[in-house]
Amino acid sequence: MADTATQAPTDVRPPKHVVYCGVCTLPPEYCEYGGTTKKCSDWLAATHPSLHRQLYSADAAAASLSTLSVDAQKRAEKDAQKKAAKAEANEVREAEKRASSKIIIKRVERNKRKYVTEIAGLEAFGLDLKKVAKEFGKKFATGSSVTKTASGGEEITVQGDVSDEVVDWLGEHHEEIPEDNIEQVEDKKKKSAPTV
Amino acid sequence: MFKKEFTPGSKSKVKSSAQRAIRTKVLETYPRLEPHIDELLPKKEQLDLLKIPDRVSLYCLGTTPLFWQHMDDAIMPHLQVVHKYPWAFPRIRIDRGAIRFVLSGATLMVPGLTSPGGRLPGDAEAGEEYGNGGEDLQPGDVVVVEAEGKENACMIGVLKMGTREMKEKKKGVGIENGHYVGDGLWKLDIS
Repeated sequence: MADTATQAPTDVRPPKHVVYCGVCTLPPEYCEYGGTTKKCSDWLAATHPSLHRQLYSADAAAASLSTLSVDAQKRAEKDAQKKAAKAEANEVREAEKRASSKIIIKRVERNKRKYVTEIAGLEAFGLDLKKVAKEFGKKFATGSSVTKTASGGEEITVQGDVSDEVVDWLGEHHEEIPEDNIEQVEDKKKKSAPTV
Repeated sequence: MFKKEFTPGSKSKVKSSAQRAIRTKVLETYPRLEPHIDELLPKKEQLDLLKIPDRVSLYCLGTTPLFWQHMDDAIMPHLQVVHKYPWAFPRIRIDRGAIRFVLSGATLMVPGLTSPGGRLPGDAEAGEEYGNGGEDLQPGDVVVVEAEGKENACMIGVLKMGTREMKEKKKGVGIENGHYVGDGLWKLDIS
């Protein structure tokens, strides 16, 4: 490498291709600092076995330890453990939140026979509201937007009564959402009641 | 700077005149990128400007982030660009013990660079990679930080202290507020 650089300072080398870890997105050699080392290692073994052998071999481990003092090693290890525990706890929490959160599809009567559909709770499943709203707009050929709710959150409002279709769409495109977590509600205008 | 993950603001197209200005600015700051500039910033392609918090603007091409700039500071490449063309930037190296601090967003301190595992221009063992042509780096220069025993860079930032001063003092702040692998900018999803 040194030779080519001295010959021509403006050498035209092809860009280096770097593999990034599919779990923590870092270059694999930095996985050990990410807190999800175990998973990263598994991922690398499955997708890039040769690289995995190179990075996770006993040699590499020994080399990484030899340059540090015993004290620093201990501290680093403790730190790594803490980080791993934190990452794990985070994941568990996320999963729990996912299991307990519900998607509420509400049919709201606007004007006797006209309805809008309000879909709340999608963000808990990692969906991008703006994109999903656009998708609904295209799919149902109606207006569809992200609106703010009174309680501060955001929800998707689709014009027209499409609640059943939304349920189908969710089942088709986002299989990771359990069907039990989707709830359909009908909401009649409460204000109209006293006038009758 | 990007320790926390954030959500990007508005995305807008860059005027072609501004795009030319970016191109010359990049070449001015990183002359060694010249052979790759057409590959990196094709003349005909439409760049996008993504606003991110703290007055940082990120320039991207399609879904690949290329350069970012805080207000009118030096324009800096995204680390994915650095990983592709590492030889086009002035580089220094930190020792192994400092990696975990850098990757958790700490300020880079000078002892991590001056210790046996670290490399600065002018060191006897710096070689071609870290020699920077035998010149010292000045405070305010943009440097790529690599790590002992690792192939790819882990951080990029602006030097707070010149490399000559570092070697004399051997303590203090080296780089503050850089962009490192795994930070908010790195994890940013552009689509």
